[in-house]
Amino acid sequence: MIEATSTATQPRRAARPALEQGRLTWGGLVLMACAVLIYLFLYLPIAILVLFSFTRDQFGVRWTGFTLDWYTRLFANERLMGATVNTLYVALVSTIVATVLGTLLAMALERYRFRGRNSVDTLIYLPIVIPEIVMAVALLAFSALAFDLIRLLTGETLRRSLTTVIIGHIAFSVSFVVVVVRTSLKNFDRRLEEAAADLGANSWNIFWRVTFPLILPGIIGGALLAFTLSLDDFIISLFLSGPGTSLLPVEVYNKVRRAVTPEINAISTLMLALSITLVVLSQSVQRRQ
Amino acid sequence: MSTTNAVELRNVVKRFGDIAAVDHVSLEIRDGEFFSLLGPSGCGKTTTLRMIAGFEYPSSGSIVIHGREMATIPPHRRPVNTVFQSYALFPHLTVAQNVAFGLEMQRRPKDEIAARVREALEQVRLSGFADRRPRQLSGGQQQRVALARALINQPEVLLLDEPLGALDQKLRKELQIELKSLQRRVGITFVFVTHDQEEALTMSDRIAVMSQGKVLQIGSPTEIYERPTCRFVADFIGETNFIAGKVIENGANAATIETPDGLRLRGLTPRPVRVGEPAVLSIRPEKALLLAPGDARAGHAFAIPARVELVSYIGSDTRITVRLNDQRTFDVWEQNTLSTLDRDAYWQPGEPAVLVCPPDNALVLTE
Ligand SMILES: Nc1ncnc2c1ncn2[C@@H]1O[C@H](COP(=O)(O)OP(=O)(O)OP(=O)(O)O)[C@@H](O)[C@H]1O
Ligand SMILES: [Mg+2]
Repeated sequence: MIEATSTATQPRRAARPALEQGRLTWGGLVLMACAVLIYLFLYLPIAILVLFSFTRDQFGVRWTGFTLDWYTRLFANERLMGATVNTLYVALVSTIVATVLGTLLAMALERYRFRGRNSVDTLIYLPIVIPEIVMAVALLAFSALAFDLIRLLTGETLRRSLTTVIIGHIAFSVSFVVVVVRTSLKNFDRRLEEAAADLGANSWNIFWRVTFPLILPGIIGGALLAFTLSLDDFIISLFLSGPGTSLLPVEVYNKVRRAVTPEINAISTLMLALSITLVVLSQSVQRRQ
Repeated sequence: MSTTNAVELRNVVKRFGDIAAVDHVSLEIRDGEFFSLLGPSGCGKTTTLRMIAGFEYPSSGSIVIHGREMATIPPHRRPVNTVFQSYALFPHLTVAQNVAFGLEMQRRPKDEIAARVREALEQVRLSGFADRRPRQLSGGQQQRVALARALINQPEVLLLDEPLGALDQKLRKELQIELKSLQRRVGITFVFVTHDQEEALTMSDRIAVMSQGKVLQIGSPTEIYERPTCRFVADFIGETNFIAGKVIENGANAATIETPDGLRLRGLTPRPVRVGEPAVLSIRPEKALLLAPGDARAGHAFAIPARVELVSYIGSDTRITVRLNDQRTFDVWEQNTLSTLDRDAYWQPGEPAVLVCPPDNALVLTE
């Protein structure tokens, strides 16, 4: 309507700049409303979760006043704390190993031409799209097989433990590290390595003085991704952990099955805070690049 | 020459798949010389330089630096340094750290490094920029950092791959002079790659002209300009006129060609030619003579009737394009030694004229 009158009185092209300046039209209003709804849909449950981790209500479903009780209880809960330590340990070790392996693999794939490189190239991305349940079953079956083999060869009996979980997490996070590190290797100017060699640097110095500092943001980005993925992994952790070695997501699930308490809200809030910190960190590192 | 050669290439070939980027190149670059590799894009200049630096290895042939065979020596152990066309400065290091890189690789003491970096930055007039990052510098400043970073290692040979290519014309001219005087001062052998013939002529002691992987001619700027040995070099360096024909007579260092329309023209032969061979007479625009038809000197044996077509006055010269009987055009440049505003003193379009190619100024060249 507004447009129709304006085009009638003014030259036609005047309508366009008005749009470009962001003046709202009906279509724009509808779009805005949709965007708001989507954001509500995404973040309202999370906001409520965070809010109800501070409520006095013991079922955590109504707001009856502020308390930090649930957090204190949480820290007193040995089972949950044990699971938290396990989770952090698994995340840390699997991240370190996956980052080192992933970086090496990314370098090999990016730098060298070898027979079968294309298939290796595709295969490394596959774990990203394979359903996690399939990965989990495969890893479980494989660990059983490996344990049998080890018993046969050495007589030693192994059980599923945090180590098996770590191996499982490495198995899926390596691919993510490779993807991220390769991107920064692609942007890396190989002539800088030639310049370093020209100035007398051997391969060791070339890597540590030139290549590594320049792809470090990519490596850190990959590591943070691996860490986050490991933190909240459920299926593989459930399948590969042994008796008495529970991990946080699994533990939370077990508790929720019995009853949703504000304690769960509290632990979820803490995990959320950690994840957000990691994401912000990785973004700021990557922006520095 | 009793001087040793800084760099020798012996029959060097470099193949990438089917194409020979460098095709049987032999060069002897003397110690302390400013040597240029000049040629059109894709002729193999960079590849040649990269083989001297050690980034590529020859498919066959050998490279010798100060008497040492380089076949098995990796880049970081060669006594050469490179100034890359893109400069390849380390973006994560400051200017001072960039310049210090080579000395750090040699594990020199910290205070020696600091002192020499200061000195090197002074030498390229960048003292105030030590703590900047490369991306905070202009192109010309980056170029000077690259130069300082290479020179601080006191290499036996400095390789420069179109180091001025990315700069604008004015800065380029300035740096040409700066680079040349720097080379004189430090006395290091420079191997300089360029596709700009004027740059090569200005700066070099000697030039190797390359085309399609081959070295066509090596010589001083004057030799290359005044006595090109083949048609390509004459064409590539400076401006020239060609008149095609067939060799009908040859002497010790001169020959005569006959054009299809029966003109007989004579010129020097920098390289021997055979009778019957197709050849061109090459004559530079400033070396031909344009005379009025009545001029006494127009009775010359090598006079060709012509008609003035285009006259461009460009200050120092007047450039005249004439058309010959067979409809080919020919350029003549006359120096404006006369100080006059009188337009009649210059050639007018449409005027008849006589073109003379003095045999001492003309060359008979083959492909
Ligand atoms: N790594 C490579 N693989 C395949 N072909 C190459 C490679 N490097 C160079 N060539 C080819 O070799 C030839 C010579 O290349 P080179 O870079 O030496 O030319 P140049 O004289 O330096 O040209 P420019 O003036 O454009 O830099 C070109 O045809 C180029 O395509
Ligand atoms: Mg080149």
